[in-house]
Amino acid sequence: MKDRVHVAGLGVISAIGNSVESTLDALRTSTSGIGPLTLFDSVHQGVLPVGEVKMSNSVLADILSLPSHLTRTAMLGIHAAREAVVNSGIDIKSWRTGLISATTVGGMDKTEFFFEKFLKDQKKGQLRNVVNHGCGRSTELIAGDLGINKYISTINTACSSSANAIALAVRMITAGLLDVVVAGGTDSLTKFTLNGFNSLMILDAQPCRPFDSHRNGLNLGEGAGFVVLVSEKVKKAEGMNPTSYISGYANTSDAFHQTASSPEGRGSFSAMQKALTMSGLDLEDIDYINLHGTGTANNDLSEGTAITRLFGDRYPKLSSTKAFTGHTLGASGGIEAVFSLLAIDQQCVFPNLRFETPIPEVGITPQLSFETGLAVNHVMSNSFGFGGNCSSIIFSKEQR
Amino acid sequence: MTVYIHGMGAVSPQQIWNEEGHLSSPNDYSGVRLSCIEPDYAQYIDPKFLRRMSRILKMGVAASAMALHEAGVKIPDGIVTGTGYGCLEDTESFLRKMIELREQALNPTPFIQSTHNTIGSQIALLLTCQGYNQTYTHEGFSFESALLDAMMALKENPDQIFLTGGIDEITDTSHKIQERFGIFRKTFASSLDLFNPSLKGTVHGEGAFYFALSGKKGKETYASIDSMTTFFNPTDEQLITGIREFIQSASLSLEDIDLVLIGKCGDADLDQATEDISKQSFGSVPIGLFKHLSGEYPTTSGFALWLGARIIQAQQIPPTVLSKSICPLRNVLIYNPYFRYYHSLILLQSC
Repeated sequence: MKDRVHVAGLGVISAIGNSVESTLDALRTSTSGIGPLTLFDSVHQGVLPVGEVKMSNSVLADILSLPSHLTRTAMLGIHAAREAVVNSGIDIKSWRTGLISATTVGGMDKTEFFFEKFLKDQKKGQLRNVVNHGCGRSTELIAGDLGINKYISTINTACSSSANAIALAVRMITAGLLDVVVAGGTDSLTKFTLNGFNSLMILDAQPCRPFDSHRNGLNLGEGAGFVVLVSEKVKKAEGMNPTSYISGYANTSDAFHQTASSPEGRGSFSAMQKALTMSGLDLEDIDYINLHGTGTANNDLSEGTAITRLFGDRYPKLSSTKAFTGHTLGASGGIEAVFSLLAIDQQCVFPNLRFETPIPEVGITPQLSFETGLAVNHVMSNSFGFGGNCSSIIFSKEQR
Repeated sequence: MTVYIHGMGAVSPQQIWNEEGHLSSPNDYSGVRLSCIEPDYAQYIDPKFLRRMSRILKMGVAASAMALHEAGVKIPDGIVTGTGYGCLEDTESFLRKMIELREQALNPTPFIQSTHNTIGSQIALLLTCQGYNQTYTHEGFSFESALLDAMMALKENPDQIFLTGGIDEITDTSHKIQERFGIFRKTFASSLDLFNPSLKGTVHGEGAFYFALSGKKGKETYASIDSMTTFFNPTDEQLITGIREFIQSASLSLEDIDLVLIGKCGDADLDQATEDISKQSFGSVPIGLFKHLSGEYPTTSGFALWLGARIIQAQQIPPTVLSKSICPLRNVLIYNPYFRYYHSLILLQSC
């Protein structure tokens, strides 16, 4: 058997909390983070609800002791990655440590300010607002903050990005290339993505209702989620006693349409199936699925169909936590990895807020309340993106 | 983690698809933008899809089709793409419309095609390839990240074929913005004279390169990629040590290396730094240059890999790269610095 890759630390920031602890409180008390848009001026203000991190750029910069002209994407990432590293208790500088991050907007939150001035006059617009535009720049700012330079990389496979970052981290540790990897993703709310999703007519003007028959689209969110993954060697040397490890993952392509998922969910089906095969687990071993569950008509039907095809009527407890956070795009795989790991840590499952009626074609009723005192040994987390990028990861409880 | 190059596809400022002359008469550019010589896309892409594709998508899909055709592969097992800038044309287009139309009545198509993974997804969609699909976007490490991923995957499953590529485009806007950072030459007479002498600033380039890679040797294999590594923002000492260790870990000594392809970019300061490293690391090993052919952009290692593999296959170095004949050409090392922060090494071997 291959050596396991263990989870040593968690860090998260989203609309429902600035730390792992506050996030768990919100999940426990069913407190959604969806609310009005305040971060920037937009014609959609007061119309489209969003899941904002409840801190302005200047507050974030103050807390982090960083200059406030940094991109929000980088600051959210630094906030969560710092927490994950502190939480792990590891001196990451004493190991071959990498940072694998994911983002879809990168520094777009600053670029869109720059571009407005640049469009009027190509000599205008402050260059410091565009210098961190590239997706890799947010990773470098996080890496610089943590003191990581052994290996850094950035993934953008749209909304499955940070699930792929975590899977790559596992592969690099398994291949013996790195000992410790800080892996996850970060994305901030931007006018660009808000208008992009609005132009696709898939934003709900009300708080979203994932997996409900009357769902009407998604709410955009923002945030960052990182995990610290370590090799067996690091675990032993550091005398650690981790709760979870990663037992399976898979990346597939739906190869159906640039934005729509195939009706039968062929990409998501095969991602879940391949991840299960890799883990060596049976269907009934999965105790909870953290759904991709965006709240769009297309995703939830396709994902629901794939789950029914795979699990039949005996599907495990499952929920989409996007009704809490909104869809955090490239960060969602990282944020929901933290949620999945919390489910194992706390032996609990989270509610799918605002659900009333099952989708008739699939008939799935998700978890409706926060429930604790369960045996949660294996959790599957789904992340699917534009372009047909489908990823599933399985997190498992260490057996003592 | 040795992988074998079964096929290559390239769209670059040099006309190198279906080329037989092996860069015998390279294109000379008199402006600081080296734009791709584009093929007749209808040869590679169904016209009904072509209409809606942006330029970078066409370049990427065409390069991927060339690579698969050469390898005799219909559907690869995985598609891994690296792009530093992503799909700039569509990103800019959506951003511009959003500002001009004050966020009203926007066409979603440019937004859909703006994300970095559009290129790899389009290739998968056109091939109905339901396998592994991944896109890296990390500045000067974008292609290297993709290559490392494919090398790891093929170590896990050597029989598979992975389509692995690096792609970036120049747009008017991106060129204008980068120009304001002062990274390009102000005036420019001849790209082929980029290094004579090196002056302040480099020259802007673009390109699309895909490689059909396998863990197993094929009938007509260009070369093998033996190992690859990256150094982020290293000190000179870390870099020199890193290069030495890289060569040692391939069980080679400097004498075994027949050619080093070095990514000097024409900027006097950057090239001086590269030369200092190169003198200390490579001694008297013959050195070839290529950025006067490709221009500078985040995924130039794709061009270098194409060039190195072609040199090994032809057992001949184009005079524009190095005017010296070397025989045999067994081990070709690529050392590609991208501005100050990104340095990569790729070792190619004949097989």
